Amino acid sequence: MSVAHATALAVLLIVAPALPGIATKTRAVLTGRRGAPVLQLYYDLGKLVRKGSVYSVTTTWVFRTGPVVLLGSLVAAALLLPLDGRDAPAGFSGDLVAFAGLLALGRFALVLAGLDTGSSFEGMGASREVTFSSFAEPALFLCFAALVLATGDASLSGMLGAPVRVAWSHAAASMSLVGLSLFVLLLAENSRVPIDDPATHLELTMIHEVIVLDHSGPDLALILYGSALKLALFGALIVGVFLPRADLAAPAATGVLVLGLALVGVAVGVVESVMARVRLTQVPALITGGAVLALFGIILLLR
Amino acid sequence: MRRFETQELRNRRAIPLRAVAVEAVDRFRETILDAVAAEWRLVTLFGMPEGDDTTRLVAVLAHDALGQLGATSTLVGEQYPALTPDCPQAHAFEREIAEQCAVMPDGHPWLKPLRRHLPDHRPTGRTALVLDPEAYSFFRIDGEEVHEVAVGPVHAGIIEPAHFRFQAHGEEVLFLEIMLGYQHRGVERLLETVPRERGMLVAESIAGDTVIGHASAYCGAIEALARSRKTPRAQAVRGIALELERLANHIGDLGAIAGDVAYQPAAAFFGRMRGECLNMLMTLSGNRYGRGLIRPGGVGFDLTATMAAAMRDLLTRLRDELKPVAMLMFETATVQGRLDGIGVVRRAQCLELGFVGPVARACDLPRDVRHDHPYGIFRFAHIPVTTAWAGDVYARVLVRWIEVQRSLEFVLEQLAALPRGEPRVSCGALQPNEFVVALEEGWRGEIAHTVITDPHGGVRRHKVTDPSFHNWMAVAVALLGNQISDFPLCNKSFNLSYAGHDL
Repeated sequence: MSVAHATALAVLLIVAPALPGIATKTRAVLTGRRGAPVLQLYYDLGKLVRKGSVYSVTTTWVFRTGPVVLLGSLVAAALLLPLDGRDAPAGFSGDLVAFAGLLALGRFALVLAGLDTGSSFEGMGASREVTFSSFAEPALFLCFAALVLATGDASLSGMLGAPVRVAWSHAAASMSLVGLSLFVLLLAENSRVPIDDPATHLELTMIHEVIVLDHSGPDLALILYGSALKLALFGALIVGVFLPRADLAAPAATGVLVLGLALVGVAVGVVESVMARVRLTQVPALITGGAVLALFGIILLLR
Repeated sequence: MRRFETQELRNRRAIPLRAVAVEAVDRFRETILDAVAAEWRLVTLFGMPEGDDTTRLVAVLAHDALGQLGATSTLVGEQYPALTPDCPQAHAFEREIAEQCAVMPDGHPWLKPLRRHLPDHRPTGRTALVLDPEAYSFFRIDGEEVHEVAVGPVHAGIIEPAHFRFQAHGEEVLFLEIMLGYQHRGVERLLETVPRERGMLVAESIAGDTVIGHASAYCGAIEALARSRKTPRAQAVRGIALELERLANHIGDLGAIAGDVAYQPAAAFFGRMRGECLNMLMTLSGNRYGRGLIRPGGVGFDLTATMAAAMRDLLTRLRDELKPVAMLMFETATVQGRLDGIGVVRRAQCLELGFVGPVARACDLPRDVRHDHPYGIFRFAHIPVTTAWAGDVYARVLVRWIEVQRSLEFVLEQLAALPRGEPRVSCGALQPNEFVVALEEGWRGEIAHTVITDPHGGVRRHKVTDPSFHNWMAVAVALLGNQISDFPLCNKSFNLSYAGHDL
């Protein structure tokens, strides 16, 4: 891992908790409120790590492992992304499958931890989380397939690194569609409106939030940080597609990444202020709609 | 009904208790069943101890289209044949009678404690319990794939306590049972025993968000029994306060419903405007919920000309601000998609189970006390009855929005032409041996206070019926076959009172 790699990864890990803050702040401003500070999540994390964790007597080691596995898998997934705009610290051909697998592993660990509590809410949330991710995962692969076709490279370093600029010159339409599709996935995978409501307190309507209801203290901090990091990872995917930066010097490339992530945060905030959450039964249709965008991207490349 | 015609019972008109017929049980049942078949509706049904071992059951019925009220009663011992199998709208009342009076409604299909307390209105000679307050059995559906979800009584948000038990198949709700009673304070017993000054405060605390509604109904009953006649000015101020309460709560509900579907702009703006309506009540009474305003004989505080001018300015501005936000909410496709077709209450269910207020009006049943049994200012100034037909969440939201507009216009009109007069006149001793029903259209629907006085002019029985008491069943029937994830939204579209039910 070179210095540039390490710097870019460190920057991503540090700015990640600001991303939900930017989305929330944008939403507050657009709806005429003052809103929580952008850095609220940092304060929350600081508060949570100083607290103790409470464990229900019905839980086992599975419950305690969940948050650690979640964060570990997300950091590992971050290592596969070319965050400096050129190549990834740990990239290899076909690593896109590993990337999706790591995301799935984190989710699996969290779902198991939720089920371990034996709570009917968390069981319900787990079932929803797994159901919707079974729609989201194929959509992610369709996006990756389109990128592979457009860039001719089967590793994330290639798909989101140097070849992206070339791909924009001959497959701009496909690249845009893939970018949009990834944005829909970002909303779905990170429980944002219109798929989920991160601000709700109503257990019966939650998808993602309900699985972590029993976690507290440092465990909850790991999960909240993990969620922010996941949002940042999807943001980095989108930035990689829309802002090719292989020609820039490493610091500038990282700067563009941070700027791009902030823009993604604003975009999420804008979406959340102009629409309501869709019915739970229509979530699969929404995700499938996102996947169809990527599919069009592929069709355009195959013609 | 011919049997009620000679009674001359009207909203807030006291009649001698002897004018309420005491029929044999069979005849009593027949009277009620005939009346219900002829489009009468059960306003309230309660028991009153009469002697050592007898309970007098009193039923009040209303025919809304004719604007008539009627009452009948019977004497029962330890048990009587239940009305519920033939008249489902009596179901909660008969559970209440079993619990309060230790009288067994024989053949009640769903007999279990309503609030889980010991009988506080049983005849002195009766010791046996009909219902064990501790034993509550939930309905349960068996099956490999059916799962049970229990919510509450401690909730994630700052709301009142209740226990909801869902039988669900995947995301589909097969059955919902609602267990209330966590907020039982013995309101009726208090109203029957404490001095009138304290009774006034108890009435204001029956449901924290319906202070004006319950206080007005309470005063309506007391004033009728004391033959106290309010001035037109007091009536106008009460009307203004009642509609301000409706405005605040309906606007708050619109915002809360927007919040539940995660539509932020409407949630934020409606939330702010709800606050402004509450602030107007504060200007009027010094309390954001209007405590201290309604007092027997009139109102505790006068509405001065400067206050009226300030409120008119505020309301005019509010009228201009409300419309764009409501349009934004109603015209956003994702919001429509969430509200439409969810939580349907059918008109037939409404008639059968006797729902009231916006819930009934959203099913095309024009039930509105202000129109059907007019009282006070509403005899002179009419607010059109708002109805919608679909009976779903959208219809209930729409009814609220239209009522907001109409109430706002009403308040503006009243503020422009306040009658002169004393804000408050004296309200003396109650007439002995009388019977009065005071109905009030609170923002949730019909509030009924039924008072019976004893031979010394004291309160013998004070029966409070909150609209939530009728309507909780609507939440349960509306949810069948819906998605469990839509429950909070459905529940919010009814926004019933837990405290008002539990008393």
